[in-house]
Amino acid sequence: MTKYTSFRMKAISFLLDRRALWVIAALVCAVLVTALLSIGLGEIFMTPDQVVKALFGYGDEMNELVVKQFRFPRIAMAVLAGAALAVSGAILQGMIRNPLASPDILGITWGGALATIGFLTVFSDKANALTVSIQWMPLASFTGAVLAGFLVFLLSWKNGISPIRLVLIGIGLTALLQALTTLLMIVGPIYRASEANIWITGSVHGTNGEDVLTLLPWVVILLILLMVYSRRVNLQELGDDVARGAGAMLLKDRIVLLLISTALAGGAVAFAGGVGFVGLMAPHIARKLVGSSFGVLVPVSALVGSMLVMIADLIGRTLFSPLEVPAGVFTAAIGAPYFIYLLYRSRNK
Amino acid sequence: MTHKLHSSNRKWFGIVIGLLLVMMLMVASVVYGLTSITWATAWRAFTQYDGSNAHIIIIENRVPRALIGAAVGASLAVAGALMQAITRNPLASPSILGVNAGASFVIVIAVTFFSVSSLATFSWLAFLGAAFASILVYVLGSLGREGLTAMKLTLAGAAMAAMFSSLTQGMLVLNEKALEDVLFWLAGSIEGRSLAMLYSVLPYIGVGLVGALLISTKINTLVIGEDVAKGLGQRTLLVKAGAALFIVFLAGGSVAVAGPIGFIGIVVPHVARFFTGPDYRWVIPYSAILGAILLLSADIAARYVIMPLEAPVGVLTAVIGTPFFIYIARREFK
Repeated sequence: MTKYTSFRMKAISFLLDRRALWVIAALVCAVLVTALLSIGLGEIFMTPDQVVKALFGYGDEMNELVVKQFRFPRIAMAVLAGAALAVSGAILQGMIRNPLASPDILGITWGGALATIGFLTVFSDKANALTVSIQWMPLASFTGAVLAGFLVFLLSWKNGISPIRLVLIGIGLTALLQALTTLLMIVGPIYRASEANIWITGSVHGTNGEDVLTLLPWVVILLILLMVYSRRVNLQELGDDVARGAGAMLLKDRIVLLLISTALAGGAVAFAGGVGFVGLMAPHIARKLVGSSFGVLVPVSALVGSMLVMIADLIGRTLFSPLEVPAGVFTAAIGAPYFIYLLYRSRNK
Repeated sequence: MTHKLHSSNRKWFGIVIGLLLVMMLMVASVVYGLTSITWATAWRAFTQYDGSNAHIIIIENRVPRALIGAAVGASLAVAGALMQAITRNPLASPSILGVNAGASFVIVIAVTFFSVSSLATFSWLAFLGAAFASILVYVLGSLGREGLTAMKLTLAGAAMAAMFSSLTQGMLVLNEKALEDVLFWLAGSIEGRSLAMLYSVLPYIGVGLVGALLISTKINTLVIGEDVAKGLGQRTLLVKAGAALFIVFLAGGSVAVAGPIGFIGIVVPHVARFFTGPDYRWVIPYSAILGAILLLSADIAARYVIMPLEAPVGVLTAVIGTPFFIYIARREFK
């Protein structure tokens, strides 16, 4: 009896690790349970069965309002954003073959930040009131994030894309984007700087149902596309020469994968802001759980990322209540020490 | 290696020209700005000080600013040159290696938790943070069998910078008052700093600059390769430790006065090498002079970009420096 079951179709093929299936099932349960608990906790407390009733429209009116208007969209957003960031990180780490790569370091987040504060600055009138609907802000953030991703990608192009150049240019561009963001923060009134700062830190506060419905298809489609592509990432992890020898179209694959990674991260930051370190941590934890075969790494990373953001958000809105602490504060607080640990671990690479 | 100034006579000549330029820019820095001042008024502020508004601005604001600009520019550039030499990484510099982010982090902790708000206290804390971050990045970057490699060090620096800045962000989100206090400092600026702040770090900067010059011959041997240097009888560890100490003094001293100003440490040593070639006995003084020139000019420009407001000079250096950084990254890394 082998450990793997192989799964083959015309364009898709991957090995299903039986253990990985169990891990995925367990994680799905964990995400659902955490979501149920998280919806119930807060200023107004609800037991899980009250939550379920409210979700399906049998609860009392007050509970239903709280669940449907506020908590459910918010938690759904945490799940989606966490998954998108985590998978974006998993792609980059697989491709760059460096465990420290993540959308935060490639400048994608800061591109979104600059676009967001740029949006707030440009579309404000003399009295600092917005002249267009705030609904457009996610679009601005998304555009900024994706543009930054492309720029990093274009600038590191030189007869192809080398991972080292990609990282370095990401770092350089991040510094520029940060400087410009700070400039815009200084120019405007302090509450705008404060608003921008919350965005940069990352929070799912104030999400509405429409936001979730906009992001959901985006993330789902990209994830499906990625699953189709997953075996190519497996090849890339073996190194350029091996991959090329095995017949991979390195360049084309890299472009497609970068596109998917940028689009996922851009979608997440558009609605949740720059929640940090999720794209870094989640793939690592996932790799510990199921190994680095990309076909299973993607769903597991996504689930772990969802858990991370959901828990960070839960802590942020309950522990310091009535103060709302952005989820990004906690992902950074866990992520930063983890990062140092990773640096230490990768010392011989 | 092609470089512009071959003979040592020409190099000396270059230094004289450079120093003249620095002085001219310092005078220009006193004269140009939101409050326009004539050359004659500037002159009289020194010879016959009369306490008028213009004279107060000159003595209390513009002159310290010009002096600080020159000192900070020189220190950052020399720190960058030393870093690039001992790490053998053409992109090493205080901002990229997380030193500035470390300084910001410590300052924001102090503002948030200990309600510190004077610029003078900021400067000590920044020094501390810079030293702490440099040591941390250096240790993290040199762990492991291969020792210090360019890639590891850069990633360690970027990682620490990302970590420090997200923690900084987190604290600022919870405290809008602190954000207001430190925002301008966080962008890096030499505006509104008193001479006293410069005096308090001057010993460190002085030791750093002189020290850098004194070990420049040793650095020349070291950049050929660590094994060669050891073979020639150099105690490489001692040289590296000395250079690291001077880097902390220079980078810490400048971030203490001016806040995190990026890219001068990357750009200037490359320009210096373009003029002098690879000899560090020349690269270091040229870096100092060119660094002062770059920061003084960027600071003058910063007054005009979004007039009547002032742009932080750190933003300007980032705008100038990033294309250069990208150019180097594309050229040096396969």
